[in-house]
Amino acid sequence: MSDIVRLLANIVGERYVSDQEEEAFFYSRDPGLMPARKPDYVVLPKTTEEIQAIVRLANREKTPVVPMGASLSLTGLAIPLRGGIVVDMKRMNKIIAVNEKSRYALVEGGTSQGALKSYLINKYPRLRHSLPDAPPAATIAANIMIHGQGRLSQQHGFNSDMINGFEVVLPSGEICPIGSASMTSDWFTKGAPFPDLSGLFLGWCGSTGIITKLAVRLYPNKKMRDVEIFLIDDEAIVPEVVFEITHTELAEDVLIFTQPLPAVFKDNHHVSFYITGDTDEELEFKRKILWKALDPFIKRKDGGFMSIPPGVKGSLMEMPQTSAARIADIKKGGGFEYSGPVVPVERYPECARKLTELAVKYDLAYSGMIRIIAGGHCMMYAFAFTFNRADANMVERTKKALEEVSDFALEIGGLYWKPNVDEQNMAIKRMHPNTRNLMRMVKSNLDPNGIMNPGNWEVV
Amino acid sequence: MLSLKFNVNVCKNCPTSDCLVKCQYMNIDKDTAREQMVKIYNGEDSFVLHDCVTCYACEEYCRRGNNPFYLITERREEKGILTTPRAITNQWVNIGEPTGKYRLGDVKGRVLSLGFMPELLQLVKGRLFEDVMPSYLFGNDFFCNVVFIHFAKTSIIKERLPVVIDKYRNLGVKEVICMHDECYGAFASLAPAYGIEVPFTPIHYFEYLYDRLKALSDVITPLNITVAYQRPCSARLSADKQHYVRDIMELIGVDLVHREYEDENALCCGEVMGWLYGYDLKYDLQKRNIDDMVKNGADYCLFNCNACQNALSEKVAKRGIKSVHMIDLCRMAIGEKPEMEV
Repeated sequence: MSDIVRLLANIVGERYVSDQEEEAFFYSRDPGLMPARKPDYVVLPKTTEEIQAIVRLANREKTPVVPMGASLSLTGLAIPLRGGIVVDMKRMNKIIAVNEKSRYALVEGGTSQGALKSYLINKYPRLRHSLPDAPPAATIAANIMIHGQGRLSQQHGFNSDMINGFEVVLPSGEICPIGSASMTSDWFTKGAPFPDLSGLFLGWCGSTGIITKLAVRLYPNKKMRDVEIFLIDDEAIVPEVVFEITHTELAEDVLIFTQPLPAVFKDNHHVSFYITGDTDEELEFKRKILWKALDPFIKRKDGGFMSIPPGVKGSLMEMPQTSAARIADIKKGGGFEYSGPVVPVERYPECARKLTELAVKYDLAYSGMIRIIAGGHCMMYAFAFTFNRADANMVERTKKALEEVSDFALEIGGLYWKPNVDEQNMAIKRMHPNTRNLMRMVKSNLDPNGIMNPGNWEVV
Repeated sequence: MLSLKFNVNVCKNCPTSDCLVKCQYMNIDKDTAREQMVKIYNGEDSFVLHDCVTCYACEEYCRRGNNPFYLITERREEKGILTTPRAITNQWVNIGEPTGKYRLGDVKGRVLSLGFMPELLQLVKGRLFEDVMPSYLFGNDFFCNVVFIHFAKTSIIKERLPVVIDKYRNLGVKEVICMHDECYGAFASLAPAYGIEVPFTPIHYFEYLYDRLKALSDVITPLNITVAYQRPCSARLSADKQHYVRDIMELIGVDLVHREYEDENALCCGEVMGWLYGYDLKYDLQKRNIDDMVKNGADYCLFNCNACQNALSEKVAKRGIKSVHMIDLCRMAIGEKPEMEV
């Protein structure tokens, strides 16, 4: 046993630390296409104090520390690019408290989306949180750290907007509450009306600290929920349709998908919107207003509501949706990766055309999966490709297509979402020099030894 | 080149012009109706070409077999008058495109055609079908394509229907039991209207069920329930077979409620109207239809078409009415469990 393993074992117990090949193999990769890199150590802490001790040890040893949720970003954000200690958060999975009236849940930093969903269904059926369309094992904190999106994002923005603060272990090992909890015992805001410090951590992919507690905003869980799909054959019309839907302020979520398979989906853009209600009257009122908002498109024959077969509806109503998993295996061999730049909604037509152009150029199966964010201020446009992992040529073609998406995203004025390290570097180069300097100041002051998830957002 | 059998003189001499006079969606008197049908035949523009909701009913209203709806559909397509939004039409063109992927049972001279309705795969089970199953076929290669008259796309039907019929011919089938009205309508109404030879005898599944129930009469237990029949648009193409609904209900001890919207006066499920005209027409049709079922004391809504069932089952349930497909109802009468939730 090496010295560091022994020291880590002293902190978390022998059972929860490893430097063995088997663990190193699993923790060296995620399901995406980024190259694997083995960690030197894997550790599973149970408490905030243990995390503090691990970070302090790493600082002394100048060893990288990589916090990890479920490692499902697909862009390698929890792959230890420079080795070191992977801190697997999954043992810190307690739901500490739910404040029903103020609508938030306080959870530990490794709590999974599925655990909170299940807990709320059982204990607080009138409340829900924003679930991303990721596997239930995905953790809430990791999703926040990458500015994820989920159900309710059309109404409330990125998942990182849907929090009331958090507790973070700084790269120095100190604990720092962010938001109202810095002054009170209540978790009701992440910043306002004081300076909002949450931005020092959100979106930094764990390169400025490790979230150990998190106050997640909860929202009304209506008794009824339904979905409608508006079909459009011309991508140029999609932004207008989204504008009209979001103008009603009645849709829960607005998602768009476009894909050539199965045939029922070929050649069209599917704008799906969800409605909720506690009564039939409420649900039908929303449906009526939304349908009527789109009447002009129907009259011009530019779009129409499709009949949703029960099987398709079942899939659309799932939270999270599992349809991506089915798409992922179209080519057999289970490969699936997407690049999901965040772009203005009016760029939809360019994105749609680029997606089909790349699919033809690289002979790939594809799907465009789009989530409208915050009432239409922007959207996440996922250029998704599926591939056979056993087919090296197809894997290579997929990589090239994704690289082209990266270039394209910047060309059309978009921003990468959960960028891989190459995309982060491209973004850093392109951003305003003063912004870059500010980021450098933040990073170098918070993490002078550069131990936190090094390689990511490395503004040097 | 296939062309529609239509005799304008039949319209000119028609004593009633029922095709348009009886239309539930346009208010047209006899003289105007005759005048408009002649204009349509002559290739002139007509408000009918713009306002028709594609309910198919004029095919039934015309007692002289002159195919007014098929003519309206032809002319709309010729003039580029879209009925449904382009994207909806695209969707159905793609859905119905033959792919060479289909399912064949042990096909004999007598075969069940499930067309391209996957729900039917679940329904055709039990003793009712034991004298024909596993002789069946299913898949978009056997899709009748009649739905394209909703889309004013006769060209698709002309292109695909002869190919579909050839596939039946190649299988050597003599009798095709059509498990959906449109399938039956394709072979008994549309194909003859375009002079397409049908090398087998189409049998409407109502007729088949009726015969089977008679053969199984000793195991029938009267169901003693009250149903309202949801007559689909495609029933307009097989109006002469709709009497079997009453006949079957009598056999299985079911009270078929008399209602305002029955027989010729039936209302469609509204789904297609939503595609064409949006919320108001769809909502109005569905509300009137279900109100009528409730008013007349129906406990069950009896469906013949799976698309109608998908469109209305949740809505009737909210009004306290259960949904049941004709096949399931017949199976219940002989003591079998229905496949779909009732």
